[in-house]
Amino acid sequence: MSVDKDTVQRIAKLARLAVPQENLAPMADALNGIFNWVEMLNEVNVDGVPAMTSVVAQKLKWREDVVTDGGVAEALMKNAPESEGTFFVVPKVVE
Amino acid sequence: MNAPAKQTIKGETGDWEIVIGMEVHAQVTSKSKLFSGASTEFGAEPNSQVSFVDAGLPGMLPVINEKCVEQAVRTGLGLKAQINLRSLFDRKNYFYPDLPQGYQISQFKDPIVGEGEVMLDLKDGSTIKVGIERLHLEQDAGKSLHDQSPDSSYVDLNRSGIALMEIVTKPHMRTSEEAAAFLKKLRAIVRYLGTCDGNMDEGSMRADVNVSVCRVGGYDKFRADGSFKHLGTRCEIKNVNSMRFVAMAVEYEARRQVEILEGGGTIKQETRLFDSKLNETRSMRSKEEAHDYRYFPDPDLLPLVLEEAWVESIRKSLPELPDEKRARFVAAGLSPYDASVLVAERELADYYEALAKGVDAKAAANWLNNEVLGRLNRDGLSITDVPVSAAANNAIVAMIADNTISGKIAKDLLDIIWTEGGDPRALVESRGLRQVTDTGAIDAAIEAVIAANPDKVEEVKAKPKLAAWFVGQVMKQTGGKANPGAVNAALKKRLNLPEEG
Amino acid sequence: MSPTAFTLAGARDALKAKKISSTELTQAFLKAMESARGLNAYVTETPEKALAMAAASDKRRGEGIGGALEGMPLAIKDLFATRGVRTTAGSNILSNFVPPYESTVTQNLWDAGAVMLGKTNMDEFAMGSSNETSAHGPVFNPWRAKNSNANLVPGGSSGGSSAAVAADLCLAATGTDTGGSIRQPAAVTGTVGIKPTYGRCSRWGIVAFASSLDQAGPMTKTVRDAAILLGSMASPDPRDSTSVNVHVPDYEKQLEGGIKGLKVGIPKEYRMDGAPPEIAALWDKGALWLKEQGAEIVEVSLPHTKYALPTYYIVAPAEASSNLARYDGVRFGHRAKGARDITDLYERSRAEGFGAEVQRRILIGTYVLSAGYYDAYYARAQKLRTLISRDFTQAYAKCDVLLTPATPGPAFAVGDKSDDPVAMYLNDVFTVTVNLAGLPGLSVPAGLTANGLPLGLQLIGKAFDEGTVLRAGLAIEQAANFTHKPANWWSK
Ligand SMILES: [Mg+2]
Ligand SMILES: [Zn+2]
Repeated sequence: MSVDKDTVQRIAKLARLAVPQENLAPMADALNGIFNWVEMLNEVNVDGVPAMTSVVAQKLKWREDVVTDGGVAEALMKNAPESEGTFFVVPKVVE
Repeated sequence: MNAPAKQTIKGETGDWEIVIGMEVHAQVTSKSKLFSGASTEFGAEPNSQVSFVDAGLPGMLPVINEKCVEQAVRTGLGLKAQINLRSLFDRKNYFYPDLPQGYQISQFKDPIVGEGEVMLDLKDGSTIKVGIERLHLEQDAGKSLHDQSPDSSYVDLNRSGIALMEIVTKPHMRTSEEAAAFLKKLRAIVRYLGTCDGNMDEGSMRADVNVSVCRVGGYDKFRADGSFKHLGTRCEIKNVNSMRFVAMAVEYEARRQVEILEGGGTIKQETRLFDSKLNETRSMRSKEEAHDYRYFPDPDLLPLVLEEAWVESIRKSLPELPDEKRARFVAAGLSPYDASVLVAERELADYYEALAKGVDAKAAANWLNNEVLGRLNRDGLSITDVPVSAAANNAIVAMIADNTISGKIAKDLLDIIWTEGGDPRALVESRGLRQVTDTGAIDAAIEAVIAANPDKVEEVKAKPKLAAWFVGQVMKQTGGKANPGAVNAALKKRLNLPEEG
Repeated sequence: MSPTAFTLAGARDALKAKKISSTELTQAFLKAMESARGLNAYVTETPEKALAMAAASDKRRGEGIGGALEGMPLAIKDLFATRGVRTTAGSNILSNFVPPYESTVTQNLWDAGAVMLGKTNMDEFAMGSSNETSAHGPVFNPWRAKNSNANLVPGGSSGGSSAAVAADLCLAATGTDTGGSIRQPAAVTGTVGIKPTYGRCSRWGIVAFASSLDQAGPMTKTVRDAAILLGSMASPDPRDSTSVNVHVPDYEKQLEGGIKGLKVGIPKEYRMDGAPPEIAALWDKGALWLKEQGAEIVEVSLPHTKYALPTYYIVAPAEASSNLARYDGVRFGHRAKGARDITDLYERSRAEGFGAEVQRRILIGTYVLSAGYYDAYYARAQKLRTLISRDFTQAYAKCDVLLTPATPGPAFAVGDKSDDPVAMYLNDVFTVTVNLAGLPGLSVPAGLTANGLPLGLQLIGKAFDEGTVLRAGLAIEQAANFTHKPANWWSK
């Protein structure tokens, strides 16, 4: 599996990263270097091996259903690049 | 199963049938969000019910709300579904301003609830079974407001992180009526269970309706071998928020697809929205772009493992659900139709049960349908704000049954209590509404009517049907308090009328 | 002796004996920090906060109250959210982010009486092994090779913390370790670092890199100090679903008792072709030291070792690509100017805000999770993780702790490996297995190269057995008698 410029463009779009045209080819090269190296994983027979879902054996914690949080709209707006009242503001989204 | 196609659309080239599946997002009834301690209350100030977790701030982590897990299991049990003792939370990755983390925590491969079923009672008296594919837990997104400013959208994350149950059906519905009936039934079930308030105006329940059309017979082939190749390409109509709109959207969309196919075109699989003002569906431009959600298990969470005993304890605590209640009502003597109407809303069913306690089931149902619901309808009220208690109505029905009052008086009595309140039995005594069964008083009234209408006495001998007129006059004479049966008997005897067959 | 040369334990004794006040100690560090700015170890200094915290601590001490870290000045990696203090994760995308919350780990430290000196430099979003990917510029290792003025890297990603500890710019520091980011910088700066068992320290309030691998841990001058600091950092946390509800023992007490009868495993696969002979020699020496103190040396096999690094370079970028999606310029962080529409805003904010290595890893992660590639990459890597973890379980049937090199070599020159990502990734070849299996790992300084640069040895323990790891580490530390300090060339 080799990564080409179009693939870089496609995943950059998925990742919402603007990659300038002139960087597509070098980026494809860099990714190929890494993916070629990663290829060695195909040597291993993983039939019947379960995928790891948690590294330590423990039960998922459950929280009680009580309201303990919220009411921090002003604190949230402090770090907001643009806000109006207690709304976050973004360029108009067309639906 | 080889039922005939139910709702067909005629085309130049032949007939088409409709196949419908649904994905319903039902907001879990809980105080706090699925993975944070912020409130789920409706209608708060923008971003006031948002924790740092909900806003996706760096380093914030999700911790699951036990109530939401319980509600999902409860709903699964109510849908007679398989409960998966081990399920996983996945991240569904995409960018949108109302999705703060850049992913939605959902369940993809291993949902908490597997296959189940919902029975639908249709108007023609038939019953169909709609298969449930799965139910999974996921987070709701926030809300973007587009009409506050000409060049900006405003983002409110109050909804962000609220727990949703996504309930996915198999494509087992085939008419717009069935689609609407499914949503109605599902709503009744979750409301009985107390797991979702079913409030569609507030967005607590939203349906994504998948519609496709195929040649007549395609559906049966699909049911026979399970292969989707017998069905047409489907379109998903997003976020339909009422039963009526579901039916309208299905009707429109099916016709649209048939038109395209009849014209030699093909259906493009896409997401559409239903415009209730124009009564049409249209393509959602912004969702055109190919999606690649890159699902993977959320590493901030561990597998959700449930204990069998815990699931059983929830099963034991389930309330009686509409289907069981309906069966019980029918066994008690109600018609299937009456029973279906009564169980559609839990409040109505509960009211009925209190009303019917110790009296004839059918009489109680008739009284509720004709008198109580009629008055509610007239006043534009719902069962939750009925002014006369079920216990009071129960007393009235009981008094009719034991001849304490007549049916006519009973209605008057209900009117009095409806507007003025009061205890029915006390009112019967204080206002002297008790039915007259004393034959002396009835005889006296009969004599008075005969004396005043000698001509009618002659007529009735020739036309025994006129007896009803006499009964009415005697009732009037006694202020409606006479027992109509006793009046009838006495009249017949007095006027020498023949017993009717 | 300058008070900045104190170990944590030494400072504790001096403070207790009132030989020095927290304020005096803090002032000494602030002065040292000021004169060491050329190292670029700190990205944010918080002198006012430090002095206020020190004064409050001195007051508590005067009242006879105080915690385990009472009055002790520490440096905090800039990955830990600190309330009211800018937290950048080494990235331009967070250059102005001031968290309205405090991470659980740092809160634990302040609750124990510690003093914050400032936030330390790091590789951007902890992605790097040399601290060269930081938006704040590289950190210089206080160590230099014999007869050389070349600037060396302090390791990474916790390079600011390792440099700060090595140069006596704090008593101790916090770090985080996703593939070796505590142990590798510790090894190349002659300091001690432990990555505890996954789940020991809460991740709440730590900017996430790869959630299933990230763990916080102490970076200190001695093994004892690591035991002391870890005892305060670790805690079960109801706000982190993956933090483990197990009692935090008294690690300092667990240092006692020696290592007689301890079974030490030597994993043969860690003997890698092309590794410098000095590394192998030091490893052999370490085994001998432990044997001399009564341990039993056993050879063990971890057959999937060579797959650990490529496995890591699938799992970590995959998680990172998702964890870093929240940096979108909408609610906080950098936002590109004059965006045409929302997509333009996303794409340019992220391209401007993230550095090259972070962008590369986001793309790798996006690719391995994308439709058609998930099974070949991500699913396979998670299965390999299971195999790697099983290797350890099998090895621990034969031994109590494993001894390995910490790094494949000493500190290298700034700029040396920045063009070749895979060469850079190989720095973590001995440390990354431990993260994949969630185990505790300690790096302890054990000697110098012929060029006079520090090297470390690594001890790997069973899950939740940090006590044994620390005790064996103490045995190495004592045998190695590593008392070397870098010559101070940086003070102005
Ligand atoms: Mg859906
Ligand atoms: Zn959904």
